[in-house]
Order: sequence, then C-alpha cells, then structure tokens
Amino acid sequence: MQGNQVLPGKTTSGSRGRSLLAKISDSDVAYSWWHSPVVVIATAVLLVLVLACLFAPLIAPYDPFDPASLQLMDGFSPPMTTSSFSGNHYLLGTDAQGRDILSTILHGGRVSLFVGASATLFAVALGVGMGLLAGYRGGFADAVVMRIVDVQLSFPAILIALLVFGVARSVIPPSLQESAAIWVLIFAIGLSNWAQFARTVRGATMVESHKDYVAAARIAGKGPVKILATHILPNVMGPVLVIATISLALAVIEESTLSFLGVGVPPTQPSLGTLIRIGQQFLFSGEWWILFFPALTLVLLALSVNLLGDWLRDAINPRLR
Amino acid sequence: MLFFILKRVAQSLIVMIAVALISFIVFRYVGDPVAGMLGQDASIEDSAALRDRLGLNEPVLAQFARFVGNTLHGNFGISYRLQEPVLPLILSRLPATLELAMLSVTIALVGGLVMGILTALRPRSPVSMTIMTLSLIGVSLPTFLIGIGLIQLFAVKLHWLPSFGRGEVVDLGWWTTGLLTSSGLKSLVLPALTLALFQLTLIMRLVRSEMLEVLRQDYIRFARARGLSERTINFRHALKNTLVPVITITGLQLGSIIAFAIITETVFQWPGVGSLFVQAVQFVDVPIMSAYMLFIALVFVVINLIVDALYYLVDPRLHAGSLKNAG
Repeated sequence: MQGNQVLPGKTTSGSRGRSLLAKISDSDVAYSWWHSPVVVIATAVLLVLVLACLFAPLIAPYDPFDPASLQLMDGFSPPMTTSSFSGNHYLLGTDAQGRDILSTILHGGRVSLFVGASATLFAVALGVGMGLLAGYRGGFADAVVMRIVDVQLSFPAILIALLVFGVARSVIPPSLQESAAIWVLIFAIGLSNWAQFARTVRGATMVESHKDYVAAARIAGKGPVKILATHILPNVMGPVLVIATISLALAVIEESTLSFLGVGVPPTQPSLGTLIRIGQQFLFSGEWWILFFPALTLVLLALSVNLLGDWLRDAINPRLR
Repeated sequence: MLFFILKRVAQSLIVMIAVALISFIVFRYVGDPVAGMLGQDASIEDSAALRDRLGLNEPVLAQFARFVGNTLHGNFGISYRLQEPVLPLILSRLPATLELAMLSVTIALVGGLVMGILTALRPRSPVSMTIMTLSLIGVSLPTFLIGIGLIQLFAVKLHWLPSFGRGEVVDLGWWTTGLLTSSGLKSLVLPALTLALFQLTLIMRLVRSEMLEVLRQDYIRFARARGLSERTINFRHALKNTLVPVITITGLQLGSIIAFAIITETVFQWPGVGSLFVQAVQFVDVPIMSAYMLFIALVFVVINLIVDALYYLVDPRLHAGSLKNAG
C-alpha cells in the first residue's frame, strides 16, 4: 500500500525495522478489517470472483467461443444437468446455442473487470494529473479545470459515458469499430469518472503545497514536476484510493449498463451486461438461468466492491471514527 | 439578487455555447454529412450541389453561426437512419418521457419523504432497520437489473402488469397521453417504479439525516419543554425545516431522472426520447445525437438555474453574503 503517511498510528518507533508484513498486520486498518465480518466476507467473495475471472481460460469447463466445441443440441439445458446428447455436465445450464453459462460468465466477468479496471486507472491518471496541476499552479489553470469539473459533476456519469461513446464511435471509421470498441468504451467510462479525483486531489494539493516541507524542497532547487511526484503525490493518495475503489464498482456497473443498452462491447466479446441483455430475451419462455446467474455475478461484484470501499473510507480516515 | 442571477445566467450561456460547439464539431466534421444524407451511391454533381446548398464551403465561423441560428429555429437537420426531420421526431416522443419522469419524481418524493420521516422518528424499530438495509442493497443494484427484476415478478410470474410499451394512448393533437386509459396507466407502473427507486433511496436518506439533525436542535427541546404534542413537534417544527434541502435536491434530481430514463426506456421498450437516443448511438445517427445533446444540456442548465434562484429566495443567509460581495 502506498500511504505510509496517511495511515494513522501505524508507524510507532517500536515497529521500526520490522518486516512489512508484521507492520501491516499490526496496523489499525488490518485490525478494523479483521473485526468486521461483513468486510471479510466481501473481500473473500471479491477475491474468488476476480481470481476466477482472471484465470477463466484455465478453469472454465468449456470454451464458449470455440464453435467446434459448441453443442447446439444441448441448448436450453437447465442448471445441474448432464446432457444425454454429448455427455457434458452443465452446472449453471446452457443458453440458446448450447453455451455453458458458467463458462460465459467467467469469460464475460473477465471483460467487465478489464474494462472497469482500465477505465478506473484512466480516470485516476487523468483526474490526479489535472488535480495536481490545478492545485499546485492555481490561477487560470485552476479556474478552467474546476469549472469543467463543476459542469461535469452536475451531469450523471452514465449520460456522459453515452455521449462520449457516441461521439467517439462516429469519429472512428466503420472498419475499425469492432476492434476499437473496447478501448472506446474504456475511454468513455474513464472520461465520465475523472472529475471526482480532480476535485479531491486539487483540494489536498492546495493544503500540502503550503506546508514547510514543500517550501524546503523548492528552496533546495527541485523542479515542480519532481516536487509533485515525490512529495505531494504520496500524501494525497489516501483519499484517491478510497474514491478509486468506489469508482471501480461504478465503472463495472456503467460498463454492464452500456453493454446492456447494446452500445458497449462488441457481441464477439460478451461482458456481463451483454449476457444479461441476451438473457432478458428468454425471461418469458421460462429459461430463467440464462439471465439469473450473470445478473447475480454482477450484483455480487458491485456489492462487494462497494462494501470494501465504504469500509476503506472509514478505516483510513481517523476523523470518522 | 440581480447580480447573482445574472452571473448564473452568464455561466449557463457559456455551458450551452460549449455544448453547441461540441455538437457542431461532431455534426460537421464527423464523417461526411453529405454522404450521410445522400447515401453512398450519389453522383458527384448531386453531392457538390448539396454541399453548396448546405453552405459547407463557407468559412467555419460562418457555418457555426448558421448552425446556432438553425438550432434556435428548431432546425436540427434530418435523421440519417429514419430520413425524417429531427425536431418532430423528438417532440413526438417527448410526452412519453415526460409523463414517465413526472410520475417517477412524484413516487420518489412521496415515498422518500414518508420513509425518511419514519426511519428518522423510529430509528431502532425493525421496519426502519429493514428499510435502511434494503436501501443499501438498492443503491448497489444497477437500474436495469431492478427493471428486469420487476418484470420477472409482476409481468412474468404474477401477470399483473404489462412489461413493455405504453399501452393505449390518447392523442390530444399536440400531446399523446397514456394517463387516460387503463392499459396506459398499467403500462406506466413498472417503468415509473424502476426509474423512481434510485432517487427514492437518495431522497429518503437525505430526509432521514436532515430530520435527525433538526431533532437535535435546541428549539425542538424547547418545544418539548413547552409541552407541545409529539405530532406538532415532528410535523410542524421539525419537518418544515428539513424541507428546504429536500426541495433543492429533488429539483436537481429531475435532470438525472430524464437521463436515467434512457436505461428504463430501453428495458421496457418505452417509446420515449431516451430510447431514440440509444438507437441513434447504436446506428451513429449524428443529427439525433447532437440534437439530444443540446436538449439534455438545456434541461440541466434550466433546472440548475431555477434551483439556484429558488435556493436564493428561500435561504436568507445567501442574501447577506451577496450584499457584502456586491459591495
């Protein structure tokens, strides 16, 4: 973890020189983690989901994108059935084309997590950069950046993502649209979430840049880039970490919403939102599992990240205790 | 007062011009508008004539000026996909979205107020605890999943309500309404609930925290010491003072509701402006996209302006501040 300075009461003189692991297990944050069962469960659920999706190609029982292994005759198998045609066992059932739902969820979750994490990273980079610039330079740069942030924060993120996505789509030539769709999506979701980071970092930077150690660094002849990167940045990362966690949950939900609307990832790379979109067509004919399991995965993912974010906010902010 | 309002109006104008500029750039430079209107296999003479007629050979600034002029006259061009003028298209779908949004705001406001007051007055009762836990889960659920869940329960399992469309509508000439037929009303229930739920939890949490804050104040203790009844204290003294922030937040949420209607309209195949926009994004239908962009920006700017002005009228502390600033 980044913020040695931001964790309250973590480094006392007695713990100096001990291993990092011992330091972490001794910290207040670790204590508060261990003593809130809901958070421990949320972490466990999140870990299982993330690891399962990360290693989807290894652990998924079938390859849902390999036409050779598709069993059309096994279409619409309910959960926990073994097909009499192919002898395959389907834990969570199959969809209309006979694709194993469990496998599509693992691969789809992978796409969702990749887009969500990349978009959040992009939003952090852009927001932190703009926030540092605005907070450190002040004046005109500050006024312009903060005006943009104000305007953007008064619009819902999903609307901005849709508009950016639409504009970007019309810029890109049709032949590239399929392959560029995921990057356009990351760009759109990232651009809809950066304002929060910019506002927080700008405030923290203004506070930090008036402290003596920054003045000392300036007198020592360090340039603004070096001061920002080595002195100010580490001290503003605490709140950024908290917002990034909550923003990750939002980004995953945003991605699945866009894909559900049919304007997200291309159909060749279905994400959780695409799977839910497909499953919705079978709601009335009684094949509930095609919709239910992807939806459940999405809810578990969003809920556990949200719970972790809430806890993290309280744990690293001593004023809230 | 006048200074404050003028400053806000100026800010709103800058935002609108920025959005118009983006929308102009998209409209003019994205792809080839001539190809978009004439199709791929138009002759060179035809496209040159159209290029001239549309004024695409003039200087950029003159083009932008005409774009703004056209927009102010309600001329947003012709949809690439539907081959119809954009403004009538949007206007014909506006009633569906507005009826949905209005009903949702009402549900969110009434439900949020009632539940917020309940959870604030009896914070430890089982009902309050259930409501608070449910609201926590509700905030984490994506809107479209709530919609699908409601469809599954009320349309698929119970067969009580229809799951898509507006039902029978009555055409009043300039407005189509689903409020006058029973099938129209039934069709409205599930989309309106879906759209309202998220805002409802927001308003509920706001009312609750404001109410808890007010109940701690000295004048409430004094009212109790005077021997006023609980009912008078809670509703006459406490509730009245929690309403100011609630009204402003609800006003601001109206814009979000129109934006979130995009998702709800897609889930319920509701023939509103939002689903028109989603289809425009899917098919890269630039004229509809840029018109919607301007429309939604206008809605947000106007709502923000009204809420700011209302806030200014309601909260006397702002008067004192602005007098000092204005000299």
